[in-house]
Amino acid sequence: MSLFETARKIYPRRVKGTFRSLKWLSMIVLLGLYYTAPWLRWDRGPHVPDQAILVDLVGQRGYFFGIEIWPQEVYLLVGVLILAAIGLFFATALLGRVWCGYACPQTVWTDLFVWVERFVQGDRNARRKLDESPWTLEKVWKKSLTHLIWLLIGAVTGGAWVFYFNDAPTLFSDLWHLDVSWSVLGWIIALTLSTYFMAGFARENVCTYMCPYARFQSAMFDRDTLIITYEAERGEPRGKHKKGDSWDGKGHCIDCDSCVIVCPMGIDIRDGLQMQCISCGLCIDACNSVMDKIELPRGLIRYDTESNQRQRREGYRTLDIAHRKSGKTVVPQQKMRWVRPRTLAYALILSTVGSLMLTAIVLRPMTELTVNHARAPQFVRLSDGSVRNNYQIKILNKSHDDRAYRLSTQGLSQARLEVLAAGDEAVETLHVPANSVASFRVRVDTPEATTHGRSDIRFLLSDTRNPAQNPAQNPESARHDSYFIR
Amino acid sequence: MSDAPEPHRDIDAHSGVETTGHEWDGLKELNNPAPRWWLIVWMLTIVWAIGYWVVYPSWPTLSGHTKGIAGWTQYDKLKHEQAEITQRQSGWLGKFHKASFAEIKQDPVLFEFARAGGEVVFKENCAACHGAGGEGRRGYPNLNDDDWLFGGTAEDIYNTINVGSHSTHPNTHAVAMPAFGAVMGREGMLTPAQIDDVATYVSYLRQPVASAAFTRGQAVFQQNCVSCHGEGGIGNRQMGAPRLNDAIWLYGGDKATLVQTITKGRAGVMPSWQSRMSDDSRRQVAIYVHSLGGGE
Repeated sequence: MSLFETARKIYPRRVKGTFRSLKWLSMIVLLGLYYTAPWLRWDRGPHVPDQAILVDLVGQRGYFFGIEIWPQEVYLLVGVLILAAIGLFFATALLGRVWCGYACPQTVWTDLFVWVERFVQGDRNARRKLDESPWTLEKVWKKSLTHLIWLLIGAVTGGAWVFYFNDAPTLFSDLWHLDVSWSVLGWIIALTLSTYFMAGFARENVCTYMCPYARFQSAMFDRDTLIITYEAERGEPRGKHKKGDSWDGKGHCIDCDSCVIVCPMGIDIRDGLQMQCISCGLCIDACNSVMDKIELPRGLIRYDTESNQRQRREGYRTLDIAHRKSGKTVVPQQKMRWVRPRTLAYALILSTVGSLMLTAIVLRPMTELTVNHARAPQFVRLSDGSVRNNYQIKILNKSHDDRAYRLSTQGLSQARLEVLAAGDEAVETLHVPANSVASFRVRVDTPEATTHGRSDIRFLLSDTRNPAQNPAQNPESARHDSYFIR
Repeated sequence: MSDAPEPHRDIDAHSGVETTGHEWDGLKELNNPAPRWWLIVWMLTIVWAIGYWVVYPSWPTLSGHTKGIAGWTQYDKLKHEQAEITQRQSGWLGKFHKASFAEIKQDPVLFEFARAGGEVVFKENCAACHGAGGEGRRGYPNLNDDDWLFGGTAEDIYNTINVGSHSTHPNTHAVAMPAFGAVMGREGMLTPAQIDDVATYVSYLRQPVASAAFTRGQAVFQQNCVSCHGEGGIGNRQMGAPRLNDAIWLYGGDKATLVQTITKGRAGVMPSWQSRMSDDSRRQVAIYVHSLGGGE
């Protein structure tokens, strides 16, 4: 009885074709974006970072081109995460696991690492032979060079990550002088090592054992989702085939194992759809090049849907097996059903959340007011019998200019308002510096016996330069509802 | 991954998966083991734990616990962090230490530093009687209002914090409301009827009414109470005699409570805080209390 599953090492062979090219393209675009994005500049005026994409943890701001996020607006991040999740579901329902095959960082970096491995050690057979050979000088330098390049890629990956949280040019020169904080260094080391281990060693095990998405993706699948298929009806019975031999009684699969040895997941797609399959399409490229060589129509392994495959299976049953050789007799690919209840539902949710997000960002107020009613004590009786309630207010000035506001109340006709700035100084005009939050203490007094129990009170904040109090008319104004107790 | 099963292996015919050999009512448990790296990680955590035991305090013993070779304790960590905070505060504290109340008021940042410190000290020391927000309760003054027994400037409040009331401090505020009624076998200065009248008078001081009891009570008040509470009950801070013509009552402004107060007297106690906290803390509390709303 074995206590554990032994991992077997996979030596994916090099392959050329449409989907391999797509994968290279997606790798270049995605890695290019990841490494260069922090270097993009975006002018926001003086005293504000000019990095297009920056998470400023110390300054508590997030910058994304023209959008500036305060900690209070993290709900926008929730919206982005929902968009990302639904987008993933949508893409999966339409195209299957395209994310896994082309865009997932695990796939992209593993692809890059395998490329390095191949560049230094050679293709599948050479690598296998090198692994089995004793530790010769050649093996030592080839192995060390591979691991060195892997570690370098890992270091650059971690290095790029920290640029998203710091001014990239400044940090870059600081890095050369080793003048960086432990957190920066820690992140670089952690991401260097995780990239090295994940893409160098764990590889397909991450998808099979660690990734939850690989496990629940089947919930997004239906009969019309694109998956990688093998046409058993056309391919079987598989067997070796010599040039010039008759195809009578034989399937089109010549059992060359090309699809298996190029697979980065180490599976045999001819066994049908499997949990491990990341839909990268490399087996399609491999099979198509073999089909070209033996002059059979392409597409024995292809991106297709389950319902299409079923129809084609029916089609093959009506064909004489001897006529398969001609390309014309291969049952043509059916049309895709893109519009389905499932895809419609995802598209609807996607567009709803998207437009909500857009509205939220466009209508984002530049001024926010929050009012906290003091609870200890709820109210204070003064000597002349009047009643006082204390409030703590916070004003967020998100603009890049200093602002002066005026505060007023609505709802209590005889309320007397007093605003105290820092230092307990009573003020008429509330000054809030650019891009900051200011707190004030507010006292509201009402004469004796004008209110009873709990009454509603509304605080209105208006910009002194543009006194319109309706936030719809003036984004520099704000209001907040609270209560008054006696 | 060998192709031929070893003789003792039991392979499930349906799934082709090896079983553990355990069988219940004909059902066999399949053996789908975890991957090796998982097992290795698990073992590494065990090794890590053993290393942790050696370095850090971990196992309880009869007389305490194992100390660990690093000598790390939470107390040291606390001490270190407290030292750091003291170090951070020292700049502001130094400035605060030298500044007068008037100077502090001129510097908003220093004022907020003092106020924030005072709030913490207040919550730790004063809130037990005066309430978490200084709201007070029966017999313990509300510090948010504008009625002060001994004065409401920051200096007055600071002085009251120092000397207390009926405390052990030599300069303590020590004014008591005497008992005017017959208590503990002693003959009263006023008869119950007079007390009733004067209570009526006091309870109507804010809105005087023409009634026989009010007029009688006024006469009693003029003879017995004016020397401390002043003409018309305006109070006297020198004496610590509360103002009676306002809306604020320390023990209650209803007639029954007034009768009780006049009959039996009152003597509120507040300890002196001079020996209990540093001068800086006392001045911070004074600034905090002054800022609660009623400060003068």
